[in-house]
Formats: sequence, C-alpha cells, structure tokens
Amino acid sequence: MLGLTKRDFGLMVVVAILALAAPFILNPFPQGSAMAQFNAGYPDLMQRLVIFGILAIGFNILFGLTGYLSFGHAAFLGVGSYAAIWMMKLLTMNVIPAIIVSVLVAGLFSLVVGWISLRRSGIYFSILTLAFAQMSYALAYSVLTPITGGETGLQPKTSDPRILDGALPAGQSPSANLFGFNMSDTSVLRLGDWSFNFNTGYYLAAVIMLIVFYLSIRIFRSPFGMMLRAVKSNQQRMNYTGLNSKPYTLAAFVISGMYAGLAGGLLVAMDTQVGAERMFWTASGEIVLMTILGGAGTLIGPVLGAGFIKYMENIVSKINKTVLEQWFAFLPDGIEDLLITLVYPFVGKGWHLTLGLLFMLVVIFLPGGLVEGGQRIGKLFRRKKTDTTTKTPPAE
Amino acid sequence: MDAILLQILNGLDKGSAYALIALGLTLIFGTLGVVNFAHGALFMIGAFCAVTFTNLLTWSHVVIDDTRKDFLGNPMKVDVPYIIDWFGKETGEALIDWAVPLSILFAIPVMIAIGFIMERGLIKHFYKRPHADQILVTFGLAIVLQEVIKYFYGANPIPTPAPAVFAGSFDFGAMLGFDPNTIIYPYWRLIYFAFSALIIGAVFAFLQFTTFGMVVRAGMADRETVGLLGINIDKRFTIMFGIAAAVAGLAGVMYAPINSPNYNMGMDFLVLSFVVVVVGGMGSLGGAVLAGFLLGILESFASMAVVLEFIPGINQIIIYLVAIIILLTRPRGLMGRAGVMED
Repeated sequence: MLGLTKRDFGLMVVVAILALAAPFILNPFPQGSAMAQFNAGYPDLMQRLVIFGILAIGFNILFGLTGYLSFGHAAFLGVGSYAAIWMMKLLTMNVIPAIIVSVLVAGLFSLVVGWISLRRSGIYFSILTLAFAQMSYALAYSVLTPITGGETGLQPKTSDPRILDGALPAGQSPSANLFGFNMSDTSVLRLGDWSFNFNTGYYLAAVIMLIVFYLSIRIFRSPFGMMLRAVKSNQQRMNYTGLNSKPYTLAAFVISGMYAGLAGGLLVAMDTQVGAERMFWTASGEIVLMTILGGAGTLIGPVLGAGFIKYMENIVSKINKTVLEQWFAFLPDGIEDLLITLVYPFVGKGWHLTLGLLFMLVVIFLPGGLVEGGQRIGKLFRRKKTDTTTKTPPAE
Repeated sequence: MDAILLQILNGLDKGSAYALIALGLTLIFGTLGVVNFAHGALFMIGAFCAVTFTNLLTWSHVVIDDTRKDFLGNPMKVDVPYIIDWFGKETGEALIDWAVPLSILFAIPVMIAIGFIMERGLIKHFYKRPHADQILVTFGLAIVLQEVIKYFYGANPIPTPAPAVFAGSFDFGAMLGFDPNTIIYPYWRLIYFAFSALIIGAVFAFLQFTTFGMVVRAGMADRETVGLLGINIDKRFTIMFGIAAAVAGLAGVMYAPINSPNYNMGMDFLVLSFVVVVVGGMGSLGGAVLAGFLLGILESFASMAVVLEFIPGINQIIIYLVAIIILLTRPRGLMGRAGVMED
C-alpha cells in the first residue's frame, strides 16, 4: 500500500498510531501521583520529541546509508531556524511560508557545504563539516549580528513589518499560527485523575514527521537508496564499475540538510526564538548520539533514539535530591543515604554524565543501537522457541 | 613593524597549546591508528591537575591567632596550610606560590596513569573497529570525563595564578630598540612558549635518538613487520599513548594561569587541534607542530584592528577557513605522508 511493502506499511501504521496517540501514551500516570513526574505528555516535550525525530531521520539518510559521519548538522538546523524566523518577521506569522523557506535555505546551504566537504571522505569529511559548522556558529555570534541577532538571538516583535498580516490588535504580541490556529493552543481532556494535552503545534509537527518518515522509507527502499548503501559498503568498487558516486552522496547530503532545516523551521514555529547556540558543535554531536543510540541505518532507530534522549533529558534532569529521598524513603537510613549518594551524580544536573556513559556503552556493546538490542532479545526468545519445537518428538 | 612582532608573540602561546595537543593527537594516531576525540579532555584534566595540586598544597587547618582580633574582639581564626607547619613560613609560602610549576611533577605520573588506563581499558578494543566507532566512543568518553570534573570542581573557572615572580610583563620593544611599552609580553606566556618548545624537543629527541623511539618509529611505518621481528610493539604503543596523554596534560597544567581552568576548556581546544592536525597532515609529527604555531600566529594576526576593519569577523573563522582551503588544495595537509588515511 502507498508503494510500501507489507512490512514497511505495518511499521508506518505503528509509527502513525504512536505519533497521533502520543498525548495518551506519554501520559500513563494520573496527575498528582508519585509517578506523575515520568509523564511526558506536555506540549513542549512532545513537540521536541517529534522535531528531533525528524532531525535524526534526516541525519540517518546520510550517516546510516552512506556512512559519511557529519559533525556539522546543527548548522543546517540553525540556518533553517534563522530563515524561518525572518519569514515570520517579514511576511506573516503563519508557519507555512516559514517552514517552506527554512527547508529551501537549509537545502541551498547544505548544497554548498556538501559540494566542498564531499571531496574528502572518512575523518576528513567529519572535520570539514565540523569546520563549516563552527564557522557558521562563530559568524552568527559575531559579524552577522544584524541578521542573526548575535548573542540575544531573534524573536518576533510587534514592530516587525509582516506585510501579509494585518495590524495586530493593540496589546497583543505576535504568535505563530496555522491559518488562525495558534501553535501553542492546547485543549485539555480530563478523564478522572488523568489529564491529556492536545496541542495544535504538536499535531502539525507529528503530521509532518509522518510525511517525512514515509519519504525516508521510500528513499531507503528505492534504487537511489541502494546506491547510497553501495557507497557505504565499498565506494571504490562502485567507482570501478564506472559509476560516479558524488551525485548520490551529494543528494543524500542535501536531503539530510533539508530535513535538518525542516526541523529548525518547526522548532521556530513551536517556540518563536532563535539563538546561535543551537548551531554549536555539541548540538551536532547530540544529533549523532540520537542516531547511533537508536540504531544507524535502520528506519525506526533514529526516531527511537531521538525520543529516548529527549525524554530522558527532560525527565532525568528533573529528578533532584528530594525526589530521590522520596523514592528510597522505605529503606533503612544507612542504605538510603548510600543509595542517594550513589545515584545523585547521575540525575538532575548530572544528566550529561548519564548520557555520556550510556552512549559509550551503546557504542561498545551495541553498535547497532537500541534496534539491535531489541533484535537480540527477540532472537533469544525465538531461538528458544525453535529449539523446543525441534526437540519435541513427532506425534505418532 | 612593532605591531607585527607583537602579533607574532601573541600567537605563540596559543600556537604552543595547539602544537602540544596536536602533537599528542598525532602520536596516538600515528602509532595506534586511533582518532582520539577525548584528547581535549586530557588537556583539561592536566589543567585540573594544577588546580588539585594547588588545593593539596594549601590544605589547611584552623589556628586561633591571639595577636589579631576580629571586629568583635575575639581572637581571629586563621587557616594555616599544613605545608607551612612542616616547612616553616618562608619555604611553605614559596612552595604554595610555585604551585603551578610544581604540579608538573604531580601531573606527569597522573596523566601517564590515565593514559594507560584509557588505552588498556577502552581504546585497545577499538583498533579493529571503523574510525567512526573510534570517534564516537572517544567522544562519549570526553563527555564523561568532562562531567566527572564538573561534578567534583563545579562549573565555574578556577583561577590558578602563576608564581608572583612571573606576574609582570616583559618589555620586548625596549630590548630590540623600539619605544618602550610598545611590545610588552607577559612573562608567563614567554615561559609557556619555552616550556612547550622544550617538550616538543624532548618528544622528538626521544623518538629520534633512543632505541625505544626507533622501535616506535619502525612500528609506525610497519607495525606487522616489527611484530614479526619478535618485538612487543603493543606494549610500546601503550607507553606512547601514556606519553601523548602526558604531553596534553602538561600543556594543560601550564595553561592554567593563562586561562582559568573550567570543565569545558578541553572541548574548545579539541576542535581547533583537530583542525591543526588535519592542516599539518594526519600522522606527521612535524606537520602538527608547524601547523599549530602557524595557525596560532595567523589567528592573532587576524584579530588585529586593521585587518578586522577590512574583513570583519575574520578572527573568528580564519582557522576553519584555512583548514578548508588546505584540505581542498593539499588533501594530505602541509606535511602529510602518502598512505596515511587515504580512504
């Protein structure tokens, strides 16, 4: 269906259900209960989950398929964000032009960067992309301040022209909308102790995520995707057969740059402000982390990785000492104190430590990421099952 | 003329730091073939060795001083470092004043130990894995090391002053016949440059003039053959990793007075040092040192007011720009050897 095999279509449906029902799934605990802090069903986090999912899907098209490790993808995210915010300042607060322009501008920028960087491969490619990203960051911070707002960044102001919008009613600040539907509008459904948030911005992002996820499945299964995989497995042999691999890798680079631009545009659509720090190279590193953690080269992996990291980031960094004390309150005092001192460095402000450790463990033991982990567990069970079936004597 | 001299001098101290880190990176890459993203973290740990050593020296106990009174008229409580109790006032204070240079003695064993543990515990298992995996795992390690330091020392920079003797500046201009106060240069930066030149010289001499160094160089050229000759090359490469870690650490120790150590400083230097290594030529020790100084000096020239008037913001991007141009025109870098990372 839709040009997908049965299996891919099944995957697509599962992702669609997960994305559309996320406000329910991410809010499994009733409000006010001790577990409520594990709820992730608030608009801001849900938006981030899908937006970074888009980013990771795009990065995966480059890294997962061609094996080119780019350390500069945050630059495309940033460029897309700046393009989007300028559309909002100049044209209209409607998010459609902002998102479209952010994709186009990021695409153009990645075309330039890719055209130069792809002359080299391996670690040189990583360092070239890193150099470009750091350059963009430094420029956005210093010289390009008239365009980027420098340290303060950019946000829409009441004094902006916005030629397509009418004048704002007095006392109202401009807010991003989609044909009048405000991005930050949230309707709350209360069922007993539970409350579920349905946010306009989230659903816009989720629908876009589904579209680009579908696109990425099509790319993975297309002859073009096959070419990209050939680049990863043996570029030399591919060149010897008379194929020029450059157009393919460049196309993959530009596509993944456009995905990053789209994510940047969406970030602005949800939260109308941009700062240069989202182009810093640690941000690029985070994109790599998400993709690897989920499983590079798999369809669902990057989405899982992005969701996992953003969820953990929000939830783990909220845990502080009092929360820990509540958790371990049932234990005897000595053990309680010991456990708290042991766990405390890893939660709250120590979230990055946990992330770093987790990342190292994944690279060392599970190079295929969470997806490979799932497959291994699945295989474990399946093998047991086949073992028992072969051992059972045939019924007479 | 004097402006040009001043900029060259200004570039030297940053260039020295780049050169030292890039030297270590190249040593590791040349011997083990591993791209070490945690090398900046080693630099940072070196700087924190200086902080730790200073803290150790000033470890004190409270003494009630009857001769002085606080504003309530009670005898004042004074912190007295143990070291003053042991060595007397003069020697003790001198020792504390010289904490940073002395912490070199402390940093060398610590850094070599850290290098050994890193190589044996983690990097050993990554020789056969693709470069991307090596980058990723050392990147993760860098985050972990950084966060551990942050946990123990906090996120704020910790001022670590140089000995009082070196606090002033040296008037170069007067020496060379220019007007006084046109070319002045802090003593400590001069020492930093001399120190790094010494370290670089020592590493090169070690590789060039000792049997151990000869074996290592042979191993860099052809690891398998050296192994076949019955030499345990792995053991020697591990030692080289320790030395590379110590070089980065020493660069950090001596940099502490120039730039107060904070947990993030390694990352800033790491990105630039990678660029330096690539510009110099992957696997070429001389290239790394040359490119380190060259880029350091270029950076300081680019931040001259005259240049900034022409091309605003060039000081922020000059290094990256040069790296891009070099990589596209001379893909092997300034002094790169053929056959190293050619894929």
